[in-house]
Amino acid sequence: MSEINELYQQVILDHNKNPRNFGIIDDATNTAEGHNPLCGDQIDVYAKVESGKILEIKFKGAGCAISKASASIMTTLIVGKTVAEAKGLFDDFINIVTADLSDKCDTLELGKLAVFCGVREYPARVKCASLAWHTMMKAIQKSELDDAPVSTEDMEITI
Amino acid sequence: MHTKVIKSIDVESVRKQFPILDIMVHKKPLVYLDNAATTQKPLAVIDSMDKFYREYNSNIHRGVHKLSHLSTSQYEKSRQTIQGFIKAAEPEEIIFTKGATEAINLVAYSYGLMNLGKDDEILISHMEHHANIVPWQILCQKTGAVLKVIPINDDGELIMDEFYKLLSPKTKIVSIVHISNTLGTINPVKEIIDAAHSVDAVVLIDAAQSVHHASINVQALNPDFLVFSGHKVYGPTGIGVLYGKRAILESMPPYQTGGDMIKSVSFEKTIFNDLPNKFEAGTTNIAGAIGLAAAIEFIDSHGIENIAIHEANLLNYATEKLSQIEQLKIIGTATKKSAVISFVLDCAHPHDIGTLLDLEGVAVRTGQHCTEPLMKRFGIPATTRASFAVYNTYEEIDVLYNSILKVIKLFS
Ligand SMILES: Cc1ncc(COP(=O)(O)O)c(C=O)c1O
Repeated sequence: MSEINELYQQVILDHNKNPRNFGIIDDATNTAEGHNPLCGDQIDVYAKVESGKILEIKFKGAGCAISKASASIMTTLIVGKTVAEAKGLFDDFINIVTADLSDKCDTLELGKLAVFCGVREYPARVKCASLAWHTMMKAIQKSELDDAPVSTEDMEITI
Repeated sequence: MHTKVIKSIDVESVRKQFPILDIMVHKKPLVYLDNAATTQKPLAVIDSMDKFYREYNSNIHRGVHKLSHLSTSQYEKSRQTIQGFIKAAEPEEIIFTKGATEAINLVAYSYGLMNLGKDDEILISHMEHHANIVPWQILCQKTGAVLKVIPINDDGELIMDEFYKLLSPKTKIVSIVHISNTLGTINPVKEIIDAAHSVDAVVLIDAAQSVHHASINVQALNPDFLVFSGHKVYGPTGIGVLYGKRAILESMPPYQTGGDMIKSVSFEKTIFNDLPNKFEAGTTNIAGAIGLAAAIEFIDSHGIENIAIHEANLLNYATEKLSQIEQLKIIGTATKKSAVISFVLDCAHPHDIGTLLDLEGVAVRTGQHCTEPLMKRFGIPATTRASFAVYNTYEEIDVLYNSILKVIKLFS
């Protein structure tokens, strides 16, 4: 059971059950669709960005507990941040789920992101956890030109 | 008439023949329930391939030396074993491929490109594996033929009335899965074959999930083509079979060209070899063919009818157990069903279920099972699938059941 708890921590179970910022922003300035074709997970991100600051962010979609909880936690961390800060959090997150940061994970330097420390033990689930984050990046960096949905198959995640 | 002797499978002694079944996963004994994806391999298969590489490895059909003679004769003997297994009229009707997928592609490209034209129709079903969808789609793009799909009902059975409505003189190919890898549905292939022949369509049966669960006699069943993969029938990966009727195979152009499939080559002209070599260009998977024959001998040694009874018992037991779980819904409830149970839970996504079952040592498949249109038909993103083989036990189903209860507890 201890192994299970590493991945399915109470925080993740809670965000899965009661996702925060779940829904659509009608007057969003930035949106992106995220899709994992391998498992059918779909996470769409809506954001209101003004003068480089993310004033509001929501997500909608369906997927496994890991992808949903990750999306929910992502929105709580990103709201109010600048685009540059969001990019920094994104990098931290990707590091946590792909690289070995056990030291950091142990000291909880990572704050809320620490709940994702268990993910890298499950290579098959890295894509679930990172879908919402990639989609968020796509949304906030978006120019009008690129409208193709994010697909986990285009992601270059080194496991 | 000779009567078949039904004898129950001695699972304990069967399990001893599969070394991998002794391993531990996450400190729990492995409960391997992903047999529809691939089965484990008995010692007989592993040893036969080991022996080939240790004792007589050499290329086939070329060279006069002793080892080449030995490997050629084992390779051709393997063909005959497979011929006997599906009761084909002649060994030349057995073509070795790398799997069911390549066998379907071979038919689509070789037979399909030669025989199909604009507005001809290809009939498949809503429960096909992608391997039995995409090659036909590509063939349609190349020829202007049209792909038609037989719908299924909520139990996951073909709607046969619709099949008869779709079938017409325009139908040139009917390609149908015998047993669905996702739902376990056993399709009425005999009826489909006879009906298709009445409009002069040729029929391909995707037997990837059936040759090891049900005794098949291709001469009685009468498909024009039948395909399966070695790795799903206790054999190795990288080897599979295309069965085709001689007359049709002879009329078809080669699929790939190169060595071994030719009689003579000059820069002006090449004369192709006879069956089956015409369709086996290049050095084939010799060890794989030998391993596949050993797998078939393994099945025969237990009797496919006996294996089928054991699996039916497991399916009944598992269906009864899982049906007791209120939050669980079984996807695929056909009256005629093989040893596959797909299910969804209200509270947990299949990927979460898969990870959590894995931590209990239970290997199941989660996802769309290469049947994305089928998932859409049932309005679900994915399922968790448990599939059974000769070595599975009732106790393993209990472990599955208890592990599912743990998942539900965690998520509620
Ligand atoms: C019904 C069915 N058809 C075709 C295939 C393709 O088999 P392979 O991947 O071995 O070529 C599979 C394997 O999953 C299958 O279940």
